[in-house]
Amino acid sequence: MFRAGRYDGSSFMELLHAEAPHLLPKIDLAGEAFTELMKQVPHGTTVVALRYADGAIIAGDRMATEGHQVAMRNIEKVYKTDEHSAMAIAGAAGPCIEMARLFRIELEHYEKIEGATLELEGKANKLAQMIRQNLPMAMQGLVVVPIFVGYDLKRNAGRIFKYDVTGGRYEEIDYYAVGSGGKDARGSLKKTYRSQATADEGLAMVMEALFDAADEDRGTGGVDTLRGIYPTIKTANKDGIADIPESRMKALYEEIVRTRKGGGVA
Amino acid sequence: MAFPFYVSPEQMMQDKAEYARKGIARGKSIVAVEYADGIILVAENPSSSLSKISEIYDKIAFAGVGKYGEFDNLRKVGVRYADVKGYSYSRQDVTGKSLANAYSQAIGQIFTQEMKPLEVEILVVEVGDEPSGNEMYHILYDGTISDHSHFVIIGGATEAAMGYLRENYRENMTQAEAVQMCRKALGKTNDEKALNENSLEVSVLDRRREGRKYQRIRTEEIRQLLGSAGSG
Repeated sequence: MFRAGRYDGSSFMELLHAEAPHLLPKIDLAGEAFTELMKQVPHGTTVVALRYADGAIIAGDRMATEGHQVAMRNIEKVYKTDEHSAMAIAGAAGPCIEMARLFRIELEHYEKIEGATLELEGKANKLAQMIRQNLPMAMQGLVVVPIFVGYDLKRNAGRIFKYDVTGGRYEEIDYYAVGSGGKDARGSLKKTYRSQATADEGLAMVMEALFDAADEDRGTGGVDTLRGIYPTIKTANKDGIADIPESRMKALYEEIVRTRKGGGVA
Repeated sequence: MAFPFYVSPEQMMQDKAEYARKGIARGKSIVAVEYADGIILVAENPSSSLSKISEIYDKIAFAGVGKYGEFDNLRKVGVRYADVKGYSYSRQDVTGKSLANAYSQAIGQIFTQEMKPLEVEILVVEVGDEPSGNEMYHILYDGTISDHSHFVIIGGATEAAMGYLRENYRENMTQAEAVQMCRKALGKTNDEKALNENSLEVSVLDRRREGRKYQRIRTEEIRQLLGSAGSG
């Protein structure tokens, strides 16, 4: 391995393709065996992103399901990918986590080889390529659909990118949510979203969207007060990527419970 | 048919070594010094874009003197090696020791097998969670590897600078004190010429940082560091 190899570019994915293809995430199975196997794969559920005045917020619940069963209550779906970007993933948990890990290394690798970071747009396109490469697995059911957010240092603004299974890349202006509870989260944000919100307002909107998703969708995990499990929320602004502490989410959650108590049943 | 002249292996190695040393001696030196929060690397480098010091992995940095193209290639090979290893095992499994050994093997092989040896000397340094965990490896053009503690200097005429470091090195220096000392030491290799922030390239491996410990120090910050430790 430690010789100047055939590959001489700055992409980690391409390096693996050229020099160590056995390390690439790939499952060569087809037909009934695979369909059977698919039932045992945990799936991540709801992830949300929105833009606020100083950047973007990205969040996800913590539930992973296997069919109607809980696979994991505290899975991590939101990942910091570098100093100014983060991604959140819904879909088959294994490939999702692997893609996030690979994407983070991809960005870091490029930065080290080239001595410069990619532009936010370049990172978003790179992720699209990775999703496209996952297409054969997606066609067999191992779908990975991420949301990518970052702070664009050239434009001085947060940006949100969503993807489809074929690697199609679309930019969202205000907010987006995907996963089994994605539609409910979007429905919630449709009512609460205001552009140019402060960070506090943005966090409240995201928390409420996740609350609504968990309320309507059985696959989405709400706040688990029994075990003290809260969603993951990260902000992306000019200072970088920051985690929202549990105490903050607890306060936001209690506020929602307080204002909604006594609401109707449907 | 012309027969090649017989050249004894000793003679061949000597010639190659001399050739490599000549190439390296033309370049400027680099110092690495352990300080309170990690390891600092200082190079005399008037270019702001062609860097001699760079990041390999979370806790590992690389520095090279000699032919830029040659050590930059070695740097890239190192980054690829580290990233693939970290991906297939875990980030903690990428160590400076294994990387330094791999470099030593690769450079040594080129020295013995190729017509032209590499005209480079490199440093592989790794910052530990504790000062005692710091590692600094110096690898020569022929693959000879040696490890150092406290400080190490690579490049052409290093004797005067080495003497200066030996006299002035103290444990637990601040970052500013370390940069000051390195500048003075590098000045010794350079006919006592005072170096300013524009001709220095400085990077640190700071153990207090989260995740990736490597950080390039910007010119503006270097200027402040050089000013703040007082003149002496």
